[in-house]
Amino acid sequence: MNKENAVTVKNVYKNYGDVEALRDMSLNFPKGELTSLLGPSGCGKTTLLKIIAGLLPATSGEVIVNGEIVKDPGPDRAFVFQDFALLPWASVIRNVAFGLELRGVAKSERESIAQKYIGDVGLKGFENSFPHELSGGMRQRVGLARALSVDAQVLLMDEPFSAVDEQTRRKFQEDLLNLVKDQNKTFIFVTHSIEEAVYVSDQIALLLPRPSRVSEIIRPTSFKNKDVDSIRRDSEYLDIVDRIWKSLRSYVE
Amino acid sequence: MILFGYRLPAMSSLILWGLLWEIFGQLEVTYFIPSLSAIFITLIEIAPTPAFIKAISETAHAFIVGIFFAVFIGVPVGILMGKNRIIDELLLPWVNMFLSAPLTALVPVLMVLFGFGIKSIIIITTLFAIWIIVLNSRAGVMQINRSLVDMAKSFGAKPQDAFFKIYFWAALPEILGGIRIGFIRAVKGVIIGQLLISIVGFGALFELYSSNFLMKHFWCVIIVLFAMAFTLSEILAHLERKVSYYASKRG
Repeated sequence: MNKENAVTVKNVYKNYGDVEALRDMSLNFPKGELTSLLGPSGCGKTTLLKIIAGLLPATSGEVIVNGEIVKDPGPDRAFVFQDFALLPWASVIRNVAFGLELRGVAKSERESIAQKYIGDVGLKGFENSFPHELSGGMRQRVGLARALSVDAQVLLMDEPFSAVDEQTRRKFQEDLLNLVKDQNKTFIFVTHSIEEAVYVSDQIALLLPRPSRVSEIIRPTSFKNKDVDSIRRDSEYLDIVDRIWKSLRSYVE
Repeated sequence: MILFGYRLPAMSSLILWGLLWEIFGQLEVTYFIPSLSAIFITLIEIAPTPAFIKAISETAHAFIVGIFFAVFIGVPVGILMGKNRIIDELLLPWVNMFLSAPLTALVPVLMVLFGFGIKSIIIITTLFAIWIIVLNSRAGVMQINRSLVDMAKSFGAKPQDAFFKIYFWAALPEILGGIRIGFIRAVKGVIIGQLLISIVGFGALFELYSSNFLMKHFWCVIIVLFAMAFTLSEILAHLERKVSYYASKRG
C-alpha cells in the first residue's frame, strides 16, 4: 500500500461551540481511488468532507491536497452536492458550465467542454432543459457533469445518490465504478448505505460517532476487478457488508 | 368563473359593478356621484387639455424617478442585509421603523427641506416604496438554499459573482414581489405628496376640481389613478408568476 496519497487528513479537530464534531481525525486518500466515508448519522462524515473541500475551517489539524495545505476551496477539488445545488433559473448547459464560468473561461470554450461532459453523463439532448424539467437522477447527472467539467483532481461527493430513487441509484453506482476506472481522479464519497459503500469503494473508512473517529479502514480486494454484475454475489462483498453492519448496529437507534 | 355554461372572462364582474354605478348615477341620488357614462365623457373631454397632460406627465416623472431610486437602492441594500449579519443588524431596525411609520407625517418636513416642487415628491415616492423592497429582497436572500452558496464557494466564486449570479437570481421571486408592493406604495406616495404639496400634478388638479365642485372631473382623475395603479400591479404580478416556477423548487 505504498500508493501516493492525493489527500491527507492529519489530526483534524472540529468543534461547534462545546460540541466536538471531529476528534483527532487522521485519514489518507490514495490517488486514483474511491474512498468512502461511511457511518451512522452524527459521525461527522459530511463535516469532514466540507473541511476537505475548504467550505468549513477545521478547529485544528490540517488537510493536505496534492502537497498543499487546504485553507479555502480550490480548483484541485470539485464538490457534488446531496441536493444537487443546481441553479433553477439556468439551463442544463449553463449549470454544467457554471464552475468554468466562475473561473472566467470564455463562453464558447466552456460550453464545448460542458457539451462533452453532458454527453458523458448521458444527458445529450437535454442541454437546454431546465432543472425543474428533469428527474432527480438526471439532476444529479448535471451536478456530476459540472464537477467533472472543471477537471479537478479530487471529487468530493456528499451522499450524491441519497435523493434519487433506488433503481436510478443502482445505475449510478455502476456508472461511478466506470468513472473511477476511466478518470484517474481521486473520489471521496460520503454515504450512509453500507451496500453502496462496499460496492463502489476501493477503501472504506468506517467512522463512529461520539466522539467522531475512524474505527476501521477496510480495503476490499477480491471483487474489485470483477464485472459490475457479479460484485453483489461475491462472498467477500457479503462478508464485508455483514462485518460493517455488526460494528454499526449498536450505534443505530 | 362559469355561468350558464359560458366561461366569463376575468374581471367581468366589473361590468356588473359599473352598471350599478351607472344606474345609481342616472337616478341622481346625490350630486357627488355622477353616472359612470358622464364621467367617461368628461374624461374624453379633459384628457387632451394641457392641465391634464401636465398632471399626468409630472406624476409619471416623479413616479418613475422615485421608483427608480427605490429599486436600485432597495434591492442591493436588501441583498447585502440578507448576506451580511453586521449590515443587517445596523439597518434592520431603521427599515422596520420606516416600513410601519406614517410617512405622510414626514411630508411637511420634506417640503421644508427640499422645497415645494418635484424633488420633494420624488423623495416621498422613494420613501414610500423602498422599505418593503429592502425587506423582501432581504427575505429572498435569507431563504436561499445553503448548498447553492456552498456550490458557488467551492467553485471559487468571487464576491461580485456570488452577488450577481447567485443571490440576485435566487431572491428574484421575492424581489419582484417586493417591487410590486413597492410600486403600489409608490403610487400612494406620489399622490399623497402631490395632494399635500397641492401645486403640482394631480394634486393641483384635485385641488382645482374639488374646490370648484367639479365632481365628474374629480371622479375622472380618481378612475385614471386607480386604473394606472391596478395595471402596474398586474403587469408586475405577471412577471412574478413567470419566475415563481423555481421559487417552490429551491427547497
